[in-house]
Amino acid sequence: MIPEIGQFALILALSLAIFQTIFPLVGAHRGDVAMMRVGRSAAAGQFVFVAIAFGCLTWSFLTSDFSVLYVANHSQLALPTLYKVSAVWGAHEGSLLLWIFVLAAWTVAVASFSSGLPDTFAARVIGVLGFLSVGFLLFALLTSNPFDRLVPAAADGADLNPLLQDPGLAIHPPLLYIGYVGFSVAFAFAIAAMISGDLDQRWAKWTRPWTTVAWMFLTLGIALGSWWAYYELGWGGWWFWDAVENASFMPWLIGTALIHSLAVTEKRGLFKSWTLLLSISAFSLSLLGTFLVRSGIIVSVHAFATDPTRGFFILTFLAVVVIGALALFAWRAPALDSDAGFAPLSRETFLLLNNVLLVVATTLVLMGTLAPLVIEMATGGKISIGPPWFNVAFLVPMIPLVILLGMGMHTAWRTQDSKAWVRVLKFPALIAVVLGVVIPLMAYGRVSILLVVGCGAAVWIVVSSLIQPLRSLRRQKGVARITRSALGMCVAHLGMGLFVIGVTVVSAFGVESDRALQPGESIEVAGFEFHMKSLGNAQGPNFSAIEAEIEIRDNGEYVATVRPQKRQYLVQKNWMTEAGIHAGMDKDLFVALGDQLGNGGWSVRVQYKPLIRFIWLGALIMALGGLIAISDRRYRVNSRSKSKAGTETSEAPA
Amino acid sequence: MNRYLWPLIAVGALLIFLVMGLRHGDPRALPSPFIGKPAPQFELPTLKNPEVTIGSKNLAGDYAIVNVWATWCVMCRAEHGFLLDLAASKSIPIYGINWRDTRLEAIRWLDELGDPYLASAYDADGRVGIDWGVYGAPETFLVDPEGTVIYKHLGPLDPVIWEREFVARMASGGASK
Amino acid sequence: MKKLFIFFAAVLLTSPLYAIDQEKRFDDPEMQARYEQLISEVRCLQCQNQSIKDSNVSLAADLRREIARMIEEGQTDDEIAEFLVVRYGEFALYRPRTTGKTLVLWIAPFLLVLLGGFALVRILRHRMSLPIDGDSTEEGQAE
Repeated sequence: MIPEIGQFALILALSLAIFQTIFPLVGAHRGDVAMMRVGRSAAAGQFVFVAIAFGCLTWSFLTSDFSVLYVANHSQLALPTLYKVSAVWGAHEGSLLLWIFVLAAWTVAVASFSSGLPDTFAARVIGVLGFLSVGFLLFALLTSNPFDRLVPAAADGADLNPLLQDPGLAIHPPLLYIGYVGFSVAFAFAIAAMISGDLDQRWAKWTRPWTTVAWMFLTLGIALGSWWAYYELGWGGWWFWDAVENASFMPWLIGTALIHSLAVTEKRGLFKSWTLLLSISAFSLSLLGTFLVRSGIIVSVHAFATDPTRGFFILTFLAVVVIGALALFAWRAPALDSDAGFAPLSRETFLLLNNVLLVVATTLVLMGTLAPLVIEMATGGKISIGPPWFNVAFLVPMIPLVILLGMGMHTAWRTQDSKAWVRVLKFPALIAVVLGVVIPLMAYGRVSILLVVGCGAAVWIVVSSLIQPLRSLRRQKGVARITRSALGMCVAHLGMGLFVIGVTVVSAFGVESDRALQPGESIEVAGFEFHMKSLGNAQGPNFSAIEAEIEIRDNGEYVATVRPQKRQYLVQKNWMTEAGIHAGMDKDLFVALGDQLGNGGWSVRVQYKPLIRFIWLGALIMALGGLIAISDRRYRVNSRSKSKAGTETSEAPA
Repeated sequence: MNRYLWPLIAVGALLIFLVMGLRHGDPRALPSPFIGKPAPQFELPTLKNPEVTIGSKNLAGDYAIVNVWATWCVMCRAEHGFLLDLAASKSIPIYGINWRDTRLEAIRWLDELGDPYLASAYDADGRVGIDWGVYGAPETFLVDPEGTVIYKHLGPLDPVIWEREFVARMASGGASK
Repeated sequence: MKKLFIFFAAVLLTSPLYAIDQEKRFDDPEMQARYEQLISEVRCLQCQNQSIKDSNVSLAADLRREIARMIEEGQTDDEIAEFLVVRYGEFALYRPRTTGKTLVLWIAPFLLVLLGGFALVRILRHRMSLPIDGDSTEEGQAE
């Protein structure tokens, strides 16, 4: 009964989405206010029904209703409740429903917070979002219905993939999707602006907060995925350049470029067509990513198990959306060229550099992801492109970017006096070069070119990011208090610096050791002693495990006890490695069981990971920077001052 | 031409490419690098009689099938019935490579389920498997009278696949993908 | 020349000091380092996108053993790569070998940055020539 309600709710949501698309778009064209208002109500209604459908699916999982095929395939009676909930989005059909739900939520958010936007503009935005909802709802109802029945119902389910039975997974997709799907708002804003032809700087100002929020969540989602892979997959890596990872990373790179480009457009009315193109691209890459991981076209550790038919549907939808957007772009963009100039040493130049390098990086990631397919189709030979290529290729645009980052922040708009500039940057540059050599040498006893560059760049960014906030704190005479917008920028860049140092140090100084160990034996890795005290059995709600108790000592002094496990889940029978990790801000000690050896011992992989937490801390702080930036007063649009076309809003100065 | 049309053109090309990619088939299927090349040289003791060896020398002279199997392989059990039928029809010699298995278990398996193989080579440590580029059992190779590998099939055999992939190639008498 | 460059880049940009003591196959640290580098770059074909270093399945263990054997016998990295490619195809290597097809891949990063640089210079030249105050925005502090 409940699944039928869920399905019916989806159908209702689809009809409302159709209204949500047609009425506002037509109404905006005609200037018919009543029609435009339908958009908001339809959006609200669609959200309610999608929520009902989502609720029904969740209910089916919680009650272990194995007459629903999706539930039977991805759940089990013995599955802990938390994972029964997260299983809702654990596979293709359910995660698609999550997509739809998040899209509906974003639409309602836009509808609620758009009182400062002109009616026609808001209507068009909601209409475009409605179109996207229609596409995804159709996709779900026609090819990927989560409410399909299983007759006769199964007695017990096939269990959720054990890899996914983890708290990190519970949050990773929702966070990721809020970001991923959130770029649809920037997209819709771009389309609405292009339809109306009204592309002044207000469009850029309106788009900025929405884009920043989406970007924030995407940052968190990707970071969480990386952290989860680290502790769950058992090999201690945190990024593998897997196709699915790349699918989420490309929108992030372009989203970052977009945020920076929006700054220029808002401030000086420049780069308008470029910013439009980026807005279109960010969401297009989200759609492309969705296509890549669900169509079966790419080999990946975590591609959804699905088929080419669904792939064709998404591809068609992707084609319609992107080609439509780009056609609009080709139509409107020529009129957008402005006559404003800027000097070579200016903030505009640095932001331009930022965009160029990020676009190069994205292109490289796309190339690496698709090249195996291209080569296979062209020559029939299969090749692999993995971390060895990606790591090198990605560094090529990134090293310059990281260095330029520290400079751009302190460069004025339009033109920057070079003497003053050098004066500000001299000190940080000096510290960076010195510490770039000193840190690796003192802390870890080694130097190499890459190390110095990495550490130096990280210090450079950190110090450079602190200049403005510190100045504001000391409130030098004549220096205004730092705005939240600027503070957000500094904090986000600081986060980037922490990220860089984490990556550099763990890549260069991490130690990994695969050894055979029997109970009672010890091994030494990176100056720590790992003693296997015992090896025994353990039991979980839906798995049985072999657990080792490993005591870690530093020069005889007790550090921690970790309990790595080798689990076998009762239903799916796969073996999972559950690492034992002693975590700390300065380092992680990571122990995972490998293979059982004949003599009662096990092969054990021990890893020493210095500063690895800085990687995720850095990402967290980047997201925090975004949060600070959007809390700036300029984004609290005064609801009393609805701007009609041409009238200026009453707003706080930038 | 309006230079703002370039993104559209580029994306259009990408989309066409992706469509082609979709129709291309399973990305995980690995064509054997040996297709059209001489079968890898090997010589191993047979499963049932360690004194006797079997190897690539046995393959020459006529079309032959080399089937990689193991007792721990579920799909091998699935195709076993078909292999027995094939052996009974005497249409083609079937050789086995028992891959990374235990000799006793393997012999018992064949005794229990029937032995379609003229002989099975016993590849205990998987070295010969690697030489043949094996990465998952069951795998079945079609070798022509000159000892060239014409085709490799990954997964269990059945009458349909047999007709479509193996018989067709033997009839046309040459190597194909 | 290309090989030299890639070698140079690989030495600079990868971290050969990472991961010591893998399974103690070799007492000679140089051979051990070669071993670890190689196994991190070979795909585990039984798995879905993992290297044989990170995978626990039987084929991965077999391949690790073979590679160790070949290093012991004194074969070069190229010969070992060739061994794998003959049997499993280019697909088995995560680092695409520098053949004609894949040369594009290795040059691409530098090419793209160069292209970006040209575009940048063009835009800068254009903007330099325009009046710097020719726009209608609010003045404000940096941001």
